[in-house]
Amino acid sequence: MAFALPLAQSDPVIPEFGRGSSCVRDPDALFCWGWVKDNWSDTLQPALLQHIALTLIAIGIGSAIAFSLALTAHRRGWLTTPVVVVTGFLYTIPSLALFQLLVPFTGLTRTTAEIALVSYTLLILFRNMLAGLAAVPAEVRDAAIGMGMTARQLLWKVELPLALPAIFAGLRIAVVTVISLATIAVFVVNEGLGAPIYNGLQQTFSTELIAAGGLCVLLALFSDALLVLLQRAISPWARVARR
Amino acid sequence: MNSENTAQTEGPTAYPSAAPLEFRHVGKRYPGADGAAIEDLSFEVPAGEICVLVGPSGCGKTTAMRLVNRMIDLSSGEILLDGRSVNDRKPAELRREIGYVIQQIGLFPHQTIAQNIATVPKLLGWDKRRIAARVTELLELVGLPAEMGARYPSQLSGGQRQRVGVARALAADPPLMLMDEPFGAIDPINRERLQDEFLRLQREIRKTIVFVTHDIDEAIKMGDRIAIMREGGRLAQYATPDELLAAPADEFVAKFVGADRGLKRLTLSHLGDIELTDGVVVKVGDPAEEARRRAADHGVEEVVVLDGGEKPLGRLPVARLNGQPVSADDADPLAAIGGRSTSLRDALSLVVADRNRPLVVVEDDGRLAGLVSLELISDALRPPG
Repeated sequence: MAFALPLAQSDPVIPEFGRGSSCVRDPDALFCWGWVKDNWSDTLQPALLQHIALTLIAIGIGSAIAFSLALTAHRRGWLTTPVVVVTGFLYTIPSLALFQLLVPFTGLTRTTAEIALVSYTLLILFRNMLAGLAAVPAEVRDAAIGMGMTARQLLWKVELPLALPAIFAGLRIAVVTVISLATIAVFVVNEGLGAPIYNGLQQTFSTELIAAGGLCVLLALFSDALLVLLQRAISPWARVARR
Repeated sequence: MNSENTAQTEGPTAYPSAAPLEFRHVGKRYPGADGAAIEDLSFEVPAGEICVLVGPSGCGKTTAMRLVNRMIDLSSGEILLDGRSVNDRKPAELRREIGYVIQQIGLFPHQTIAQNIATVPKLLGWDKRRIAARVTELLELVGLPAEMGARYPSQLSGGQRQRVGVARALAADPPLMLMDEPFGAIDPINRERLQDEFLRLQREIRKTIVFVTHDIDEAIKMGDRIAIMREGGRLAQYATPDELLAAPADEFVAKFVGADRGLKRLTLSHLGDIELTDGVVVKVGDPAEEARRRAADHGVEEVVVLDGGEKPLGRLPVARLNGQPVSADDADPLAAIGGRSTSLRDALSLVVADRNRPLVVVEDDGRLAGLVSLELISDALRPPG
């Protein structure tokens, strides 16, 4: 017969489990480094990079929208309540439901995933930016204007630098939230660490699930640490000892 | 215009060092408010003088000050800085030419002391080297060590921050300074020191200054002229501290300056300003007879004993003279000695504390200058003119 069954060969091949890796000999192992090594370049690394891309795009767009909204609301106080209500509503929609709601409009695309992710960042980023701007002491603002700063100079030279710690606090929460939420994006688009996690959930071989999930956690911790370092670097004044 | 005219000159001479300020029938009315916040306010501040706006809370003194740099816009009348209406100026540009000091100081917490001081020069576009030189100069002027320039405001004490606030306001050498209760948040001991320091500084820089306070004692101490304001933003009296204390315009002013206004006037004069009496003096080693005769000639019971260098050693009751030449051992040591810079108020206190005996006053080198008696001090209280 031209069609030779794999079972007929000496080594059992179980593609779903080990994809021909060294883990085949011990299918019961909880975690197998060999699999990670063998599948790094064609599965895990691309998924990680896609995940980072999904996150960066969501945070980028979310920040831009939240930033413009916060600046406008900072000038026109009445805008704060409607923005908080709308972004708060978006924040309460269950993520899976939001993905499904968007599919009829934007299809099973990356756009769908990003719209959902962005909508979850808005409330956190907007509130923190606005709180940071509002926390600038009145006498600091008065002194700045009294010395002849224009509204724009006041914003860029005084208010925004002073709001940075609060803005970064919001950014840290938003980034960690998006990194974890982006795994669910796999339901609309086969990208990011959600793909290997989903794949891992559907088999008894646990290495893929643990590896992808672990990468997701590491990415979140690493991003958070990076933001902390960045914030310290650009606002050294926030750390000096108070008398 | 050629570049030489448009370029800022080196050093702090970009503006006249001081400019006169004039309020002409200035009014401020807020829409919906019952009365005016400021009503027909007119006064002139000559260049280089400190004008203190003082009054109870709600009298509009801070509002009046903020009209000058257009932090608030006036409703009627005009304010002239160096003969030019502030309404003809762009607010931001105008403010860069007016030093601004507020009670809470409002230093930028995210900037170092040097960056804080450099605020207005940066807004004016000075080059880096000139800014750095000016910052160094100002830190020295307000008595802060140069290395403090690298610190952040949160690392400074209240008094140091206040000095930085003054340095920052002086950065571009403005012809006018506005100061809103600048020492109000400082403890009494440091406040007095900062006031003295500022007066010394002002003798050097000679700025026109509008100084707001609710404290009449501070007003009397700091002001060349005082504008007392009352509710409704009306001017109750505009006068020099001495005129104000000698002749309050009405009941309100008299009450505001206080029943002890006579004593307050005494703080304005110093022993150097009045004619001292010579008193009866004897030198160590003078014969007792001569001392007794001179005391009798002047009808006094005590003489002042001097050493060979004319330095006072003590008071000697005539009754204690016993035929021996005058000796310092017999004299009572002096409880207190005044100097030319002692205020009349302090002198009065010393005289009263010493059972009304005239106070011995010495020159800076310790030689006797004369005596001051209770009568001399009360003579100084007679109204001027």
